[in-house]
Amino acid sequence: MFHLDEEQRLILQSVREIVQREIKPQAATVDETGEFPWNAVRVFAKNDILNSLLPRKYGGVEVSYFTFCMILEEIAKVCASSALVVITQAEGTLPIVYGGDEHLKERYLRRLAGDSQVLAALGTPEPTDGSEILPLKTEAVLRGGKYIVNGEKCLMKNGSIADFLVLYAYTDPSKGNDGISAFVTEKGSAGLVYGRDENRMGMRGCPRSEIFMEGLEIPRENLIGKEGEGFSNVMKTMSASRLFTAAQGVGLAQGAMEEGIAYARKRVQFGKPISHMAPIQFMIAEMAAGIESARLLTYQAAFLFDREEWKKASTHAAMAKFTASDTAMKVTTDAVQIMGGYGYIREYPVERMMRDAKLTQVHTGTNQIVRLFVARDLTGSS
Amino acid sequence: MFDQVSLIPTEKLKIFRDKIKRAGREKIALQASSVDEEEFFNREVESLLWDLGLLTITFPPKYGGYGKGRMVAFCIAVEEIAKYCASSALLLIIQAVGSFPIIHFGSDQLKKEYLPQMSEGRKLVAYLVTEPTAGSDIAGIQTSAVKDGKDYILNGSKCFATSGGVAGIYSVLAKTSEGRGKGSSSFFLVERNSPGLSIGRTERKLGQRGSNTTEVFLENVKVPAENLLGRGGDGFIIAMKDFDMSRPAIAAQALGIAEGTLEAVLQFAKEKQTSGKPIAEHPIVQTILADSAILIEASRGLVYRAAILSDEGKNNTKFASMAKCFAGDAAMKITTDAIDAIQVLSGYGFLKDFQVERMFRDAKLTQIFEGTNQIQRLVIARQLLRDSM
Repeated sequence: MFHLDEEQRLILQSVREIVQREIKPQAATVDETGEFPWNAVRVFAKNDILNSLLPRKYGGVEVSYFTFCMILEEIAKVCASSALVVITQAEGTLPIVYGGDEHLKERYLRRLAGDSQVLAALGTPEPTDGSEILPLKTEAVLRGGKYIVNGEKCLMKNGSIADFLVLYAYTDPSKGNDGISAFVTEKGSAGLVYGRDENRMGMRGCPRSEIFMEGLEIPRENLIGKEGEGFSNVMKTMSASRLFTAAQGVGLAQGAMEEGIAYARKRVQFGKPISHMAPIQFMIAEMAAGIESARLLTYQAAFLFDREEWKKASTHAAMAKFTASDTAMKVTTDAVQIMGGYGYIREYPVERMMRDAKLTQVHTGTNQIVRLFVARDLTGSS
Repeated sequence: MFDQVSLIPTEKLKIFRDKIKRAGREKIALQASSVDEEEFFNREVESLLWDLGLLTITFPPKYGGYGKGRMVAFCIAVEEIAKYCASSALLLIIQAVGSFPIIHFGSDQLKKEYLPQMSEGRKLVAYLVTEPTAGSDIAGIQTSAVKDGKDYILNGSKCFATSGGVAGIYSVLAKTSEGRGKGSSSFFLVERNSPGLSIGRTERKLGQRGSNTTEVFLENVKVPAENLLGRGGDGFIIAMKDFDMSRPAIAAQALGIAEGTLEAVLQFAKEKQTSGKPIAEHPIVQTILADSAILIEASRGLVYRAAILSDEGKNNTKFASMAKCFAGDAAMKITTDAIDAIQVLSGYGFLKDFQVERMFRDAKLTQIFEGTNQIQRLVIARQLLRDSM
């Protein structure tokens, strides 16, 4: 059904090799230390992975969403934190791709071309009940050709290290969602105050930062699109982000299943490898079926993005997100189970994968909220 | 709120439970995060558990045991402690598991010598059964015990030994004859300071990090023949009987973890507000709370059914496995969902500042040890088939 063309096969083969050689050996250390995987950034930048969605027009390779999902899968198989580096980069770039004018695109997207290691980040507020964005406590006031921004953003992925950040703020709070605007701001801008990076249970390689905007000055030309376009911009970006989380979940699950199977074939109990035992076989069959279902749904959503059927893509990305991440949670938990005591210790990667999988269920909207989105899309209710 | 006593209404148990509850809340809870974060065995908690008499509950009464109804008392203790700190509850469990072969199968002479060392001398016991190639398959052990005059000489490597590095006494399973037969292994009491016994690596785990898990190596360890527990070849049978006690206890631990989690979520959901409303009023959060409470009450029924059967001197194998399997799976689901409940409207569920994150990691072990939940299902099925003959 999914036929890969020659270029896609070459890309994936190359990503697979790079990931096995450069990323896999460091995955445990990245988790253990909780330090940002700068090496992954260098490797990904050098190999056209870091900004693979970047349009050709601005010097990027511009792979399809489908290819991008397969790339994320390959990375997440061995290190979800490193996959998150690439996802976060896309999240910080897409709002400009989707909504920026030519001038803004030239200024920011161009900086990501080639083997650039410039990092982008997205200050998206966590969506809550689907109809509004909370807590959006940020306001921007236009004064003398500049926006003065006050507010805060918690748990921003890569917030403390990104070179430029996309932020959302009310330019007209009285209009609700239609009064939200999107901006790009630079690291180190006056009024951009960095709080603490939170200590997390999973995907520990990527910081989640508190960001405070205390009279942050943003030049008028750094408004993305027009005033009031922020809400649709963030919604579109979040949809893409859910697609990427789905791909990450599929990869995580695949990686954990492969670890579980390899162990089950080696581990001898009661005179035979445990892979010959029905209870273990049940778990493996369930894992594989879950992964394949999630993968198909994810690819389906990716195709809709590639065809720019945004509305349908958004619903499918949401379905793929909760399906793939729930699958990742179940598969990683069962992979630990298959490996028993060995699964539970940090010498083996599956316990890390289990902690990482939990995050795929809760970020870019918890799976409960994302289910509400889907139901509302289908029923037309609010 | 969670009243296990309504199932077993004796005044003595109520007093016993309230005492533990208080210690759990006032003392155990305070160190739960730090032992997890720093991965160390907390000697102060150990002292507290000795002071409370919890490390000897399953002993004969004259050595500090609870006496009549001890299995229920044991489960209550484990449950109450696990609400706050699963690692500390695990210490209770392994003390009971490790001392079981000595209490029930040691000679009178041996008990007279060692039980006071444990109860008054406050020695911890570890249970050395699992080996790198023998997990669920106990008959697959390689450690050997060879008779040499009045002694046995033990050689082998044990792994995943809870309290392995902090115990003073070990119950060691070793092969005393060739083959995989049920009569081919025996338990021995081995002292920590025996020449040839050494502690290997301390494992770094996903959860229950405040418990001490190590390798233990036995190299030509000389053990007097009187330290054989039961008769030669009784090893397998003793291990199976020990499971009848340990599995309800693991289930009680899972139950405690689940209850501690629900309490944390409830408290958070009531306090935390978004748009001026407590998140507890959100239907998604309420669904998670309700599902968790259902699983907790069902777990409780199984745990105490298995415990009461044991106290009545009846076979509890099937219920012990059912309790372990159900409560472990329930705790995993409850702790996994709890992170969502906190995350739903606050975005904080996966942060290490919140104890549910630790409880999620702790819960996973309850599905694995003392027989994986896959093994439990086999035990249950076998028992059902046997009962229906």
